[in-house]
Order: sequence, then C-alpha cells, then structure tokens
Amino acid sequence: MFESLTVIKDALPYLLKGSFATGGIVLGAMLIGLTLGVLMACGMVYGRRWVRWVVGFYIWFFQGVPVLVLLFLFYFGLFNYLGFNFTAFTSVTIVLGMTTAAYQANIFRGAILSLPIGQFKAANALGMSNVQAIIHIVLPQVLRISIPAWSNEFSIILKDSALAFVIGAPEIMARTQFVASRTYQHLPLYITAGLIYFVLTWSGVKGLRALENKVRIPGYSHQGK
Amino acid sequence: MSRSEPILKVENITKSFGTAHILKGVDLELPKGGIKILIGPSGGGKSTLLQCLNCLVTPDSGTIWFNGSVVDIQKSKELYAFRQQVGMIFQDFNLFDHLTALDNIIIALCKVKKKNKQQAKERAMVELEQVGLSDKGHLYPAELSGGQKQRVAIARALAMDPKVLLLDEPTSALDPELVGEVVAVIRSLAQKGMTMIMATHQISLIRNLADEILFMKDGLIAEQGTPRELLGAGVCTLSQGFCDKLNEITGEEI
Ligand SMILES: Nc1ncnc2c1ncn2[C@@H]1O[C@H](COP(=O)(O)OP(=O)(O)OP(=O)(O)O)[C@@H](O)[C@H]1O
Ligand SMILES: [Mg+2]
Repeated sequence: MFESLTVIKDALPYLLKGSFATGGIVLGAMLIGLTLGVLMACGMVYGRRWVRWVVGFYIWFFQGVPVLVLLFLFYFGLFNYLGFNFTAFTSVTIVLGMTTAAYQANIFRGAILSLPIGQFKAANALGMSNVQAIIHIVLPQVLRISIPAWSNEFSIILKDSALAFVIGAPEIMARTQFVASRTYQHLPLYITAGLIYFVLTWSGVKGLRALENKVRIPGYSHQGK
Repeated sequence: MSRSEPILKVENITKSFGTAHILKGVDLELPKGGIKILIGPSGGGKSTLLQCLNCLVTPDSGTIWFNGSVVDIQKSKELYAFRQQVGMIFQDFNLFDHLTALDNIIIALCKVKKKNKQQAKERAMVELEQVGLSDKGHLYPAELSGGQKQRVAIARALAMDPKVLLLDEPTSALDPELVGEVVAVIRSLAQKGMTMIMATHQISLIRNLADEILFMKDGLIAEQGTPRELLGAGVCTLSQGFCDKLNEITGEEI
C-alpha cells in the first residue's frame, strides 16, 4: 500500500505532463472537428447534390470504421504514402479531428434544421446573400444550440485520445503504461490515470456548461427564470 | 393610377409545388405610392405570390420589372440588390432570435449597406422611434410582445429604405388587442406615401387603405378593383362575399 503511494507520488508529475499532450490532442481535434463539421453541415443542408454526396460518403466512412483502425490506416499508411512526415501527436490529432468532424457535422446539421426557415427568408429579404445569412444569422444560433451535444463529443474525444498510446504519442495513457511496465504497480497507476481523465473531462464539460449559460439568448430559458 | 410609371411590375408569374399549380399566371402592376391589398380564401396563393415578387420563392416562369428594367433573377448580385429595395413583412415576424431589437435592424445596415456601426446604430434608433419602441432596443425578440416584434420587423425593413413594401398578413398572428398598434404603424406608412402590397384579412385596412383590392383564388387574380367597386353598397362580388364572411367572424363593420 505504502509502496503504491510512493510510486504514484513519484509518477504523478510525469503523468500530469501527459495531460498537456492529451489536452493538445483534444483541443486540436475538436477545432478540426468544429471547422470541418460546420462546413460539412452547411454542405449537407444547403449544398448541391454532389456536395451532399461527398459529405455523406465522408460521414459514412468515418462513422463506420473504428478509430483505432483509422489511426493505423492514416499513421502507418496514408500519411506515409502521401509523403507527410507527421509525428504521432499530429497524426492522432488529425485522425481524431476528422472522426469527430463526422459526428459534429450531424450535430450542426440537426441544429440548422431545427431553426425556423423564416429567419433565413427574412435575411434574404433584406438583401443578404445566402452565405451572409448563414454566417450572420444561422451559425450564431446553431453554435449556441449545439453546445450540449458538442460537450458530449468533447468527452468522447478526450477519452478516445487515450488510443494515442498505441502509436506512442506521449499523452497520459502512454506515460502511465510506461511507468506501469517498469514498476509493476498497474492498479494504482491506472486508477491515477483514470482520475486524471475524470478531472479533465469534468472541468471541460463544466467549462462548456458555463459557456452555454454565458451565451444563452435572453428570454429563452426553459426554467422560467 | 395608370398615370405614374409602375415601380414594380410582374407578368405571367407561375409556380408549382410538385404537381400542385399554385400560381397560374399572375400579372400585377404597382404604381409608385400605390397600395394594393390581396384578399382571398386560404390556400389561394397570396403568400406564394408575395414571396415570388422578391424571389424568396423562385417563380417557375414570369418576368419581374423593377423601376422600369427587368430583374435578371439568375444573377445573384442583381437579385440581392433588387431585394434590398423591396422590404418584406412576414406574418410570424421572423426577427433574428439571437439579436436585440436594435441589432436586428443594425445587422443588414452593416452587412448589406456596408454602413459603419455608428451610422447604422443612429439609423436604427430613428426607425425604432418611428414605431414607438425607442426604449426597447436592448431587448431580445423573446422578450417582446407580438405587436412589438412586428413593429421591430417593420422598423428593420424600413431602415433599408425600400421602394416597395410587401406585407404578408402582418396582423394575423397577433392577439386582437395588439392589432391596433401595428395597424397604426401601417397607416402612418401609407400616409407618408409608401408603396405597398399587402395580404390581409383586416377589414379596416382593406376598406380604408386600398387603392385597389385583388381577390386571389386558385392561383389567379379573380377580381380586382377599388374598394368602392368591389365592396360598395349593393354590389355582388366575390370580395363582398368574402368580407361579409370575415365580418361574421370578427363582428367588425365594414
Ligand atoms: N413550400 C411549399 N411546398 C408545397 N406546397 C406549398 C408550399 N408553400 C405553399 N404551398 C401550397 O400552396 C398553396 C398556397 O399557399 P399560400 O401560402 O400561398 O396561400 P395563402 O393564400 O397565403 O393562404 P393563407 O390565407 O392561409 O395564408 C397551399 O395549398 C399550400 O399548401
Ligand atoms: Mg398566406
């Protein structure tokens, strides 16, 4: 017992350093997902037939293949093949980003479809182009509506980022495994890793909830406040 | 009316949704300063026609003239410039929910008219004042009553200096006691000489405001004439019958 505690105490700074890598992967992936997701959602709703087809194929592919397979496919295969010399860290970020983009696209698409069409018409009637209407009228509302679902996606990606250890990105899981394989204190170390993930998820979700409240449109509360 | 050049003119507008022919060739001329009122049974195509006039609904065929020249609706630049000059008021207001009343007005001034923020704000304040809401600019749509929302929507349209205003049942979604405030705003617009075409079931507007009443039925203008011609004592017209029915419902006198 005492031995476990010392191992944890010694390993903790090393493990915590991994949370910077984990944080970087998650942040990067979520931003890639946000950008691609918004573009694809707009493509699905407003795009021409070929655009919808391409986006549909993308989503079908990334939702259909396990993240781990995607990771190997890109890291050992496609990136090399295309001549990109990405580090494990970059590769994981990009692959998770492209995966979450597929899910985020559907989140944003649903939010777009939930908006009454009238506001788009009103924007057009004032002389706004479709792109202006999307940027100034649709997206500000869509992003607000999407925060709760986006926060789910965040916690999923945070935990999926642990898969990065298999290609050796120096994040929490990889570091934990490294220490565990030397000290044989598997249980306490993985409990520690789990707790770190738990704290990260919790603070991220908490932060997003705070954001949600901050940008809430006055007069729209469902709680009668 | 035929003395002055029409500001907006359409010819042979047709529109189908699937196999349903909603507009079957509508012609219309709107002279400067004129006020035309569309009435007719539900589903007759009034909303569709109004939205075809500024191509929110793309007509299947037909030609639109604005200020004497044909609008090429295939060219987006030309279409957007045309729409800027044609204001539209909707039955359900369609305010931008994420913006305050003031910002609802400001946004198109900034993004479409490219005014700077300060100019846009000053103009927006003037328009809010006109509709009697200068103290409500900071409120969001969800914090406004129906009548206030519609007045903001009118202010928003007017801030763009439209040459023509299209109004689609501007008072139909309002509680009876709120109708008056919106009607008052529309009346004052009429007094200032605003060119308007309005679908409405508000008898007082039909009777007192219209230069001409257009009775729409089954995608065609079935009857058109001045209120005196169509609603005068003793005449027997579709419009008369329709207004009588409205009266039975509202108990209002024509
Ligand atoms: N987007 C659409 N798709 C299919 N059908 C439509 C669409 N919009 C309108 N219609 C149909 O067109 C017909 C005319 O509708 P429109 O809204 O123009 O009537 P209206 O005269 O404005 O009626 P109301 O007085 O009830 O407002 C209706 O039968 C309606 O079902
Ligand atoms: Mg209608």
